[in-house]
Amino acid sequence: MILEIRDVAKFFNGFSALSNIGMDVEEKRIHAIIGPNGAGKTTLFNLISGMYDVNRGEICFKGMRINGVKPHVRAKLGIGRTFQIVRLFGFMSVLENVMLGSHCKTKAGLLKTFFRFSMREMQEEKITRENAMSWLEFVGLTHKANEVASNLPHAEQRLLEIARAHALGPDLLLLDEPSAGMNPKEAEELNSLISKINRMGKTVLLIEHNMELVMGISHVISVLNFGEKIAEGNPSEIQDNPAVIEAYLGRKR
Amino acid sequence: MDYLISVATIAGIYIIMALSFYLPFMTGQISLAQAGFMSIGAYGSAVCTVKWGIPYVPAVLIGGIFAGIVGVLLGLPALRIKGIYLLLLTLGFGEIVRVVAINLEYTGAAEGFPGIPYQKYTLLYAYGMVLILIIFFSRLRRSRMGRAFQAVGSDEDAAEIIGVNIVSAKLLAFSVGAFMAGIGGGILAHYQEYIEPLMFDIMHAIEFLIFAIFGGIQIFWGPIFGALVLTFIPEFLRAIQNWRMELYGALLIIMMIIRPQGVIGLDTVQGAERLFRKALGNVNRLTIWSL
Repeated sequence: MILEIRDVAKFFNGFSALSNIGMDVEEKRIHAIIGPNGAGKTTLFNLISGMYDVNRGEICFKGMRINGVKPHVRAKLGIGRTFQIVRLFGFMSVLENVMLGSHCKTKAGLLKTFFRFSMREMQEEKITRENAMSWLEFVGLTHKANEVASNLPHAEQRLLEIARAHALGPDLLLLDEPSAGMNPKEAEELNSLISKINRMGKTVLLIEHNMELVMGISHVISVLNFGEKIAEGNPSEIQDNPAVIEAYLGRKR
Repeated sequence: MDYLISVATIAGIYIIMALSFYLPFMTGQISLAQAGFMSIGAYGSAVCTVKWGIPYVPAVLIGGIFAGIVGVLLGLPALRIKGIYLLLLTLGFGEIVRVVAINLEYTGAAEGFPGIPYQKYTLLYAYGMVLILIIFFSRLRRSRMGRAFQAVGSDEDAAEIIGVNIVSAKLLAFSVGAFMAGIGGGILAHYQEYIEPLMFDIMHAIEFLIFAIFGGIQIFWGPIFGALVLTFIPEFLRAIQNWRMELYGALLIIMMIIRPQGVIGLDTVQGAERLFRKALGNVNRLTIWSL
C-alpha cells in the first residue's frame, strides 16, 4: 500500500466534512474517488497533500505516518497534486512553472545563486531546464514553453499543472478533476495521458466527474457521499452498486 | 556639478532602498519597515566608525548585517500574518525604531548623531552597490530561489504543494531585504555626516514603496527606474519640491489607470532585450543578460 487512510475525520466549525474514512491505495494503480458535489472529495485531497490536518485518524504514506507533516515536506516525500481550479503561477512562463516543480529536488541557495562558486549550480539549472522541457514534451506543450502561463487556453493550463506536479517526481499523483472544462476530444487525450503516467509506475489518485473517463481507466473506485465512503470496488461493481445509484439518482420508489 | 553629483548620490541610495523593498515584495510581503532597517544600518555603521574606529567598508557591512539580523527577528512573527496586518506590523516596527533612536543617549537621542566621517567616494560606493544588486537580481530571476520567491508571491498554497518551503523563502527574502536597507542606511550616514531619527520616519518608507510601485513590480528594473526618476524630477522642478508627495499621489493614480504594472513591465524588458539582440547580433550571448 502506498497510501493508507485510517478512520480519518475532518470538521469545519463543528460541521463534519469527512467522517470515518478508511481507504487503501495500492501501488501503481489508478484509484478514482467519485461522489456528488460536497461529498468531501477535495477535502480528502487537502488532507493527503497537507493543506489541512486531520482531526482524527491517521494517514500513512509509504508506511510512514504523515499527520502534521507540512505540505512542502510531503511533496518531497513524493506526493504531487493538481487543483480543481487551476493554480498556476500566472506571471511566470510555462517553462518556469514546470522548472518550479523540481524545487525540492535541487539545492542552489541564494548565496550560490549570486557567487556561483562552482559549475555545479549552472549544471543544476541546466538539468532542471532539460527535465522541465521533457515534461512539457510529455504533455505536448513544448511549443508554448516561453509563453506566459496565464495566456494559455484552459485545457492547456490543466496539462501544464499536471506537468508541474510531475516534475516533482512524485510516486503518488493526486489529480483533482483534471478534465473539468475540457471538451470531449481534450478529455480523451487527458485519458491517455493519465494511463501513460500510470504505466510509468506512478500511482494516480483521481477525483473525476466525467464517468466515461473514470470507468475507462480506473482500477479501483471509491465512492464518497456526505463525507462517508459508501462503496469501493472495480468499475463494474460500482456501476451496479445500489447505494451508489441511490446517491447519484435518489431512491427508487 | 557638485549639486548634480549630490542628487545622483541620493538617487543611488534610493535605488538600493527601492530594491530592498522589492525583494520581500517578490514573496508577497509588503514592508513599511525599510526606513527602520535603513535607520538601524545608519546608526549601526555610524557607531562602528565613530565610537569604535572601524573603517568605512566593514562598518557599512556590519550595519547591514545588524539590520539583517533584526530583519530575521521581525520576519519570524511577520510570517504568520499577511496583507494589511503585515503592513501594520512593519509600520509599527518602523515607529519603534524611531522612538528608540530618539531616546537612545548613546547615539545622541533626539539631537542626532553628528561627526560621522565623510566618505568622499560615496557616489562610487552607492552605484557599486547598485551594480552588485543588479547582478544579484538578474541572476536571481533565472535561479531556483528566484523562481521560488515569485511562486510564493503569486500563490503561497500552490508553491507549498510543489515543494517550496514558504516559511524559509519568505524569511530569507525579508531579512536579505533588511540587509540591503541597512547597507543603504550606512552609505547615507557617511555621506550626510549627521543622522537623526527623523530622517528615517514612516514617510520615507512609503516613498520607497512608491518608487517600486511606480517603476514597476514585475521585474527589478522597475524599482531602479522609479527611484531614479522620482528622485531627479522634483530636483529639476524646484517649484514643485514642496508638492513632491502630491506629485507622487497624482502619478500613482494615473499609473493605476493606464499602466497598473508600473512604467517598466516584463514587456518593456523583453522589448529592450530584443533591441539589444538586434543591435549586437551574435554577441548577444556575452551581453549583460548572461551575467
